[in-house]
Amino acid sequence: MKTGRFWAWVVFALGAAYFFIPLIATVEFSMRMRRGTYSFDAYQIVLGDARFQATFGYSVLAAIFTIIIGVLIVVPAAYWIRLRLPQLRPIVEFITLLPLVIPAIVIVFGYIRMYGSNSPLPFLASDRGTDLLLVIGYATLALPYMYRAVDTGLRTIDVRTLTEAAQILGAGWGTIITRVILPNVLIAVLSGAFLTFAIVIGEFTMASLLNRPAFGPYLQNIGANRAYEPAALAIIAFAITWGCMSLIQILSRFAPRSANRPN
Amino acid sequence: MTDLSLSDQTIAGKTAPPSEARALRLPTQWLGVAPFFIFAIMFLILPTLYLMLGAFQNGAGEFTLENIIALSQPTIVAAYWISIKISLASSLIGAFAGLAIAIAIVRGGLPEWIRSATLTFSGVASNFAGVPLAFAFLATLGRLGLATVILNTVFGLNIYAHGFNILSFWGLTLTYVYFQIPLMVVIIVPAIDGLKKEWGEAAATLGATQTQFWRMVVIPVIWPSFLGTVILLFANAFGAIATAYALTGSSLNIVPILLYAQIRGDVLHNPHLGYAIAFGMIVITGLANVFYIWFRTRSERWLK
Repeated sequence: MKTGRFWAWVVFALGAAYFFIPLIATVEFSMRMRRGTYSFDAYQIVLGDARFQATFGYSVLAAIFTIIIGVLIVVPAAYWIRLRLPQLRPIVEFITLLPLVIPAIVIVFGYIRMYGSNSPLPFLASDRGTDLLLVIGYATLALPYMYRAVDTGLRTIDVRTLTEAAQILGAGWGTIITRVILPNVLIAVLSGAFLTFAIVIGEFTMASLLNRPAFGPYLQNIGANRAYEPAALAIIAFAITWGCMSLIQILSRFAPRSANRPN
Repeated sequence: MTDLSLSDQTIAGKTAPPSEARALRLPTQWLGVAPFFIFAIMFLILPTLYLMLGAFQNGAGEFTLENIIALSQPTIVAAYWISIKISLASSLIGAFAGLAIAIAIVRGGLPEWIRSATLTFSGVASNFAGVPLAFAFLATLGRLGLATVILNTVFGLNIYAHGFNILSFWGLTLTYVYFQIPLMVVIIVPAIDGLKKEWGEAAATLGATQTQFWRMVVIPVIWPSFLGTVILLFANAFGAIATAYALTGSSLNIVPILLYAQIRGDVLHNPHLGYAIAFGMIVITGLANVFYIWFRTRSERWLK
């Protein structure tokens, strides 16, 4: 057993080295901009860059709309399947796994060919339409994660009893979903939302191929043209991902209680 | 119950009276799931089918196998081959390293905080892909990267003189492993947790050594979910483009980058060949996932 513990430490140390050296190297590299001394110049330049602010703002907005679309599609479907149509569950689970099978580049390629200016649904004919198509594409990418999060949330509450109780009190379907079910799975929905945010914020393929001024293509552009700024951006991106995951963890502590809260 | 209702309708009718009311409500039944299905059909299934059909059509819209046959030209075959090699190498390395880390933190007798810290970090690192990951590895193992410089100045080892290049097969594989290992850890830890303590005790009572316990109990139980996850990691790497593109530009000719260039500028001078490349990608990741689903159903038997 002693030797087992020794090897466990060795494996853990090797893993930690592999994962921390690139982070340390990136931090170090990002601070090397001023000759001979460490400074935060690269961060200052990046954060002060008008294109950084514009593209980051664009991607945040895109992420918010992605989350809204995701919730509007997934919550009613997951709820309805739990309540009335359990026989559809395998089909829906299969569909939600499809974005893991079909690479993002293939999905967006399909959009470009199907929804071009000459098609019956010309999303790509206008900038707003393309924005919408990008958000829709993001929603498909986030579908597996959003569905799983919401379905896990619904599993912890008694959907049927809550629905029947609300119906007895005279609630309509809109009221039941927005004021009974949604508050009860809010934590799960938020977990899915933050994960969506982490996926969408730096997404490159779709934004680039749809020619939208998003954060991912901006990152790629800086990477191709600058030396120290990319490292600073990598650290910023890592911090954002870390922030999203931490929020999910913090939220998960509240999750079990929310199921039994009498609100 | 289901057998009964199939064989004898009258009994089924008595035991399940609400089924009559259900027929009446049928149209509204579908209202809740309608947005989901409309969305999935319009933005997931139809675009994919469109490409798959396009792969079997020529410019005039007639059926042809020429596009699929054209996939056999050397540049495209080379692209598929290097993509498959990178995906396979990064998924296998990621899977074994991830499994070792998962076993170390779950069963290695390490302090509890290491387990939770590793799991948290894995959640972050598995989502830290794309362009920023490429930047991090350029800052580490690029020509001026910290690890390159330290290896050269402190250990006198010039890795670039020895043929290493971050813009190569091994460079990209090493980079992909950064999100493959954490993904493996996140997926496989629950499977290792599923190994019941009683099994170890039962094996010990029957006089099994630690090695026998691992060889005859642990490995057979974990094997399906391990293999399943390898396949998931493979598909994950196969479709990835952002990291490779930011790292190597278009100097490394992997399939997603070839498709990217084709979509942007029709570099192959045949729009339908692009469809065929996309079709090939779907076939490969699709096959990988068929295996994944098969292995998962096998592994779930033990984890109830």
